[in-house]
Amino acid sequence: MIISIASGKGGTGKTTVAVSMALSLNNVQFLDCDVEAPNAHIFLNPRFYKRTSGYITVPKIDEDKCTYCGKCAEACNYNAIAVMSNNDNSRRRILHFPNLCHGCGVCGYVCPVNAIKDSKREIGIIEEGGVGCDIEFIHGELHISEAIASALIRQVKDLIRKEKLVIIDAPPGTSCPVINAVSGSNFCILVTEPTPFGFNDFVLASELMREMNIAFGAIINRCDLGDNKVEEYCRKEDIPILLKIPFGKDIAAAYSKGEPLVKILPEYKQIFRDIFYKIERICKA
Amino acid sequence: MRQVIILSGKGGTGKTVITAAFAYLVHNKVLADCDVDAANMHILLSPEIKERYVFHGGQRAFIDSSKCLRCGRCRQYCRFTAINDNFLVDGSMCEGCGFCKLVCPAEAVSMKEVISGEWFVSSTRYGKMVHARLGIAEENSGKLVALVRKKAKQIAEEDNCDWVIIDGPPGIGCPVISSLSGVDYALVVTEPTLSGLHDADRVIKVARHFGISVGVVINKYDLNKEMADKIERYCDQNNVAFLGRIAFDRAVVDAVVSGKTIMEVSGLDASYEITCIWDKITQGLSN
Repeated sequence: MIISIASGKGGTGKTTVAVSMALSLNNVQFLDCDVEAPNAHIFLNPRFYKRTSGYITVPKIDEDKCTYCGKCAEACNYNAIAVMSNNDNSRRRILHFPNLCHGCGVCGYVCPVNAIKDSKREIGIIEEGGVGCDIEFIHGELHISEAIASALIRQVKDLIRKEKLVIIDAPPGTSCPVINAVSGSNFCILVTEPTPFGFNDFVLASELMREMNIAFGAIINRCDLGDNKVEEYCRKEDIPILLKIPFGKDIAAAYSKGEPLVKILPEYKQIFRDIFYKIERICKA
Repeated sequence: MRQVIILSGKGGTGKTVITAAFAYLVHNKVLADCDVDAANMHILLSPEIKERYVFHGGQRAFIDSSKCLRCGRCRQYCRFTAINDNFLVDGSMCEGCGFCKLVCPAEAVSMKEVISGEWFVSSTRYGKMVHARLGIAEENSGKLVALVRKKAKQIAEEDNCDWVIIDGPPGIGCPVISSLSGVDYALVVTEPTLSGLHDADRVIKVARHFGISVGVVINKYDLNKEMADKIERYCDQNNVAFLGRIAFDRAVVDAVVSGKTIMEVSGLDASYEITCIWDKITQGLSN
């Protein structure tokens, strides 16, 4: 079973929910897929035992073989290759723009002289570790100034072990990094807050879930700071509200120090287990 | 003309509330909302849309099932796992490279330009604003951000504005990098939490990588004063300008709920702090 935790708006409490859920259940594999701003390790303090590189595939052009025919540049849909050829052989050049390249491999396929091979460029790291005996922990961390988070997220997700309960902490938003993080989930928990910003982005995230055909429910965090538009929308759209967490300075203070919610308020462990059972029932239905 | 962006790394620290306060405070500017997949500034500024443009993010593959031989070559070559067992293309995974079309022996694949969103030029009670809406499950947010930025800059030049003020996206990846190009100053809004500091540190490094001056402000600092001190010390040790602290105040949430910038609610401490922060940014830029 794969449960992902997402939100349209950032800072609504995704990590709080994901971490608390992981600490309340057994045999969990936890994936922090917010590779641009990973935070779950701050709360779970995993002991890491493995560190590998995250890559994107990029073309490597062998200029000794290249005939400057221009077929690669013509086939590239991202304008990531430019070939300058003219009659004066000395001024021929082939240029590759890595920040436009998606690593699709089309250029290498069309090259008639096999001058383009795949090579790998490191864009981040993936660390694997454990929290106690019950949680296997994996996260990705995108390197500074790298743009393509989705490729790293896909590599983190390649490590999924479906025999476990997989909990995915997703990035905020509704575009490619989120899609890559939540795709393949059996259920998604959308964490929101009852402010106009939270509501606006919750509606967008709900539309994303419908578009992707993923069953989902809501957790409303800081439920007493704002209005009741999120709740009204959930009722109208038949979205189950799994939990409402009130604002508390004690909760905020614990969060600020990297202490999980279930550590300062242990009664939430049973609540998160019950949410999990409810999700199981929804997925079976 | 100078361009100032508000960033955070971690989401939900208060970027939009502070950007909207600057919208009230700073005259002779153009606003740009570059958080294109979860834009929020329109909620506080209720823009009236004047110009509307379609955003073409790229192409998608479509497979004609009447021609498809189900040979599996497309699935074998696609690096984005965008084609399922039934030979249907998952539009949210397809990046439009066209590899499937290239290898299909039956010419069953066609590539079509898709509409990935919209972008707007609007007027608000505090001046012009350029903003956008990326379609649900669409990609290429960096390209849309670049369009919003370009238009905002163009308007600022035509209208002889002094400032472009940009509400940035969270994170450090593609849309953030696109938001940062050619910016004069990045204000990083953080909160007094370990996560806030961790993510602020990452976005500060990105801004510096591109040679952009950075200042830091701690929002809701009194939720953990020790942590706020730690962040201020971090700034000192890393040579980052520390611009101020804003206290947690339920009245800020109330202002957002009523669709107002916090400057329009009288007597808030936060309003005073933000005025000082803006002064420090302009001083930082003139030095």
